[in-house]
Amino acid sequence: MADITGSVPEARSLDIPSMLKEAGITALLVLALTIVMVGFRTIDVPGGISVNYRFEAVAVSVGIAFVGRLILILMRRGRSLPAMLVLGPLVLLQLLALLVPDTFGILQPYPDPVLNWLIVIVSVMLLARATWANWHTSQEFTREQLEKRQDESAAKAQKILGYLGPVLLIGALALPFFFSGDRQMIDIAILVTTYIMLGWGLNIVVGLAGLLDLGYVAFYAVGAYSYALLATHFGLSFWVCLPFAGAMAALAGVLLGFPVLRLRGDYLAIVTLGFGEMIRIILLNWYQFTGGPDGISGIPKPSFFGIPMERPEEGVLSFHSLLGIEYEPVHKLIFLYYLILALALLTNLFTVRIRKLPIGRAWEALREDEIACRSLGVNPRNTKLTAFGIGAMFAGFAGSFFATRQGFISPESFTFIESAVILAIVVLGGFGSQIGVVVAAIVMIGLPEIFRDLQEYRMLAFGGAMVLIMLWRPQGLLAHREPTIRLHPKGGAPEPGEVGTDAPDAGGTPETTAERP
Amino acid sequence: MAEAATILLDVQHLTMRFGGLVAIDDVSFQAEPGQITAIIGPNGAGKTTIFNCLTGFYAPTVGRLALNHPRRGQFLLERMEGYQIAQKAGVARTFQNIRLFPRMTVLENLVIAQHNKLMRASGWTVAGLLGLKRYKDAERQAAEQAKYWLDQTNLTDRADWEAGNLPYGAQRRLEIARAMCTDPVMLCLDEPAAGLNPRESNELNRLLRFIRDEHDAGVLLIEHDMSVVMEISDHIVVLDYGKKISDGNPEYVRNDKNVIKAYLGEEEDDDLPEEVKQDLEKKGLA
Repeated sequence: MADITGSVPEARSLDIPSMLKEAGITALLVLALTIVMVGFRTIDVPGGISVNYRFEAVAVSVGIAFVGRLILILMRRGRSLPAMLVLGPLVLLQLLALLVPDTFGILQPYPDPVLNWLIVIVSVMLLARATWANWHTSQEFTREQLEKRQDESAAKAQKILGYLGPVLLIGALALPFFFSGDRQMIDIAILVTTYIMLGWGLNIVVGLAGLLDLGYVAFYAVGAYSYALLATHFGLSFWVCLPFAGAMAALAGVLLGFPVLRLRGDYLAIVTLGFGEMIRIILLNWYQFTGGPDGISGIPKPSFFGIPMERPEEGVLSFHSLLGIEYEPVHKLIFLYYLILALALLTNLFTVRIRKLPIGRAWEALREDEIACRSLGVNPRNTKLTAFGIGAMFAGFAGSFFATRQGFISPESFTFIESAVILAIVVLGGFGSQIGVVVAAIVMIGLPEIFRDLQEYRMLAFGGAMVLIMLWRPQGLLAHREPTIRLHPKGGAPEPGEVGTDAPDAGGTPETTAERP
Repeated sequence: MAEAATILLDVQHLTMRFGGLVAIDDVSFQAEPGQITAIIGPNGAGKTTIFNCLTGFYAPTVGRLALNHPRRGQFLLERMEGYQIAQKAGVARTFQNIRLFPRMTVLENLVIAQHNKLMRASGWTVAGLLGLKRYKDAERQAAEQAKYWLDQTNLTDRADWEAGNLPYGAQRRLEIARAMCTDPVMLCLDEPAAGLNPRESNELNRLLRFIRDEHDAGVLLIEHDMSVVMEISDHIVVLDYGKKISDGNPEYVRNDKNVIKAYLGEEEDDDLPEEVKQDLEKKGLA
């Protein structure tokens, strides 16, 4: 790490007018934004609608923005002591106002406790940072060095997570035993695992092949309707329908793939977005076939490979009578959980394996440079179509699971927001990172479900998390890429960081080349 | 047909129009196996356009591009798709602005170049998914071939680096190694010496001679660096404004009046300042 230059930021002159100007501009911006959105609020009154004025909230927001900006400027200029002196009393006052509301309640900035606590948390974090900076000579990094450090820590995190992978798996397998009485917990686990599977499936298309697909939910819908229709009309069992549903979704993927072969990036995203909407609108309007907005109900639950998981009846073979255990309704849910876990693990195993096969490498090469691929004899058409088809197939599997779990499906379950959430999981987790998808799905689906009590603030936190990740780590949480094939065993040969990337041609010195014929 | 066997590439009446612009105008030339053929000419003469026609990125307006593969017979390149030209006819190319797979490792870049061979070995993915031995052997062989070319280009130490982290000269060498991993009979290099320092340029000359002598591949070369062109070419084709103005061995081309005119202007140009004329005379050009 010798090439990272640590330098003490010199305390630049405390140019108060320019600081006030910058903070003032920020405050003005906040004023312009909040005066309409916060300052006026429409309320229902008898006989129509009326406007409620909330200018005190606007004033508080502007004030917070002004002080906050001032503190940030101070810290940026290496003046952490003044920042601490300003922040410290403010944090104290805030805490007093929140903890002793009877006496100091008047000091609370907003009427809403959640917002107040949020402000306190942010201020405490800033204070901690200022304190840290005051006692440690900080290092300033260029953007590239910062990114490299982040990459290294992500690689480290991934290594640890690699060891944690089996632990997580055991945890996932054992989860129903810890929460066997808690239906809600198992429900959330099923939901999260479904999204993990969808994320892994989309990761093939977006993460490996680099084809930005905004209509992934269409294949999920095709899978769900394939199973629902086959099961309700022909009475076929889940296990017979599952391959069919996958095949139908893969076919839909290839069909979508053909017209968009020549498109890339934004254009591809728009067409796939349109395709997703097309499928939903067809499902909504083809009343005779799909039931339109009424959806399809009474979709049968899966059996345990032909043995029903229902309440035992006299003379009928069932799962419980076979094992000789007491029937409990929650067992059905646990069975569903293991089913989706198995499907998700299948997706993962497949992806991990196929990455190391020529087709997987060709997907990644296609993501990197399509023209170079063509010049090497890689057929871009087949490569893209297989990526679309295989990605869609896993969405189809997940879709039939969704149909069997819900017992009822309608086009409402397959709106664009679903595609966006799945894509967000892949992007936040880090393109192409399997464990990143797990982390992102838990954070994005699991936590909001668990914190349902926070109501609308969970969407605020969701948006905030997205903005923060895009600012600090646009390549995703765990975007470190592990090579699919190695010449030297790991750690045996110098890595770029150790030699220094700007070293002029470290390995190819003329002395070593001279012996060549 | 005895003559055809000694010709690797036979370009006849190649014409490429973009709307009203004629980028290549009725160019014919031949390249022989085991020889380095250079295409030179001032900027905008149509050199890269010829490459793009040969490798299927453009469909020529008029012309016949016949490639005689020593083992697989004759291919008419103008009728084939880009990826088939590399896959079947054995034509590999590099690009003027390097096109590697920057976030994949050096070794992976070379393994992808052997995609079609590995695809067959993996039974179009099925045998590979099942983990059959046949695919594992094929992958090991592919890694060995990659290692061979890494040794030739002095990149073995950095085989597991991301290609994008390599210094510029090494990226150029890697692109050539990657093209050679496709087992080509003709290697098309678009300005391989651009941006190289004299030492790296020398090294490149040695590599190209090695490819010609040891691998029997014909090399087609676009280059501005005359020290490279004159030193290693067996045969030079000169283009100007899309037309062929000279064709022959380096000695012939060097003394061809048309070439001198294209590069330096008319020889009896009285507007030239006195110093320039003297300078030209000193160099024996005027």
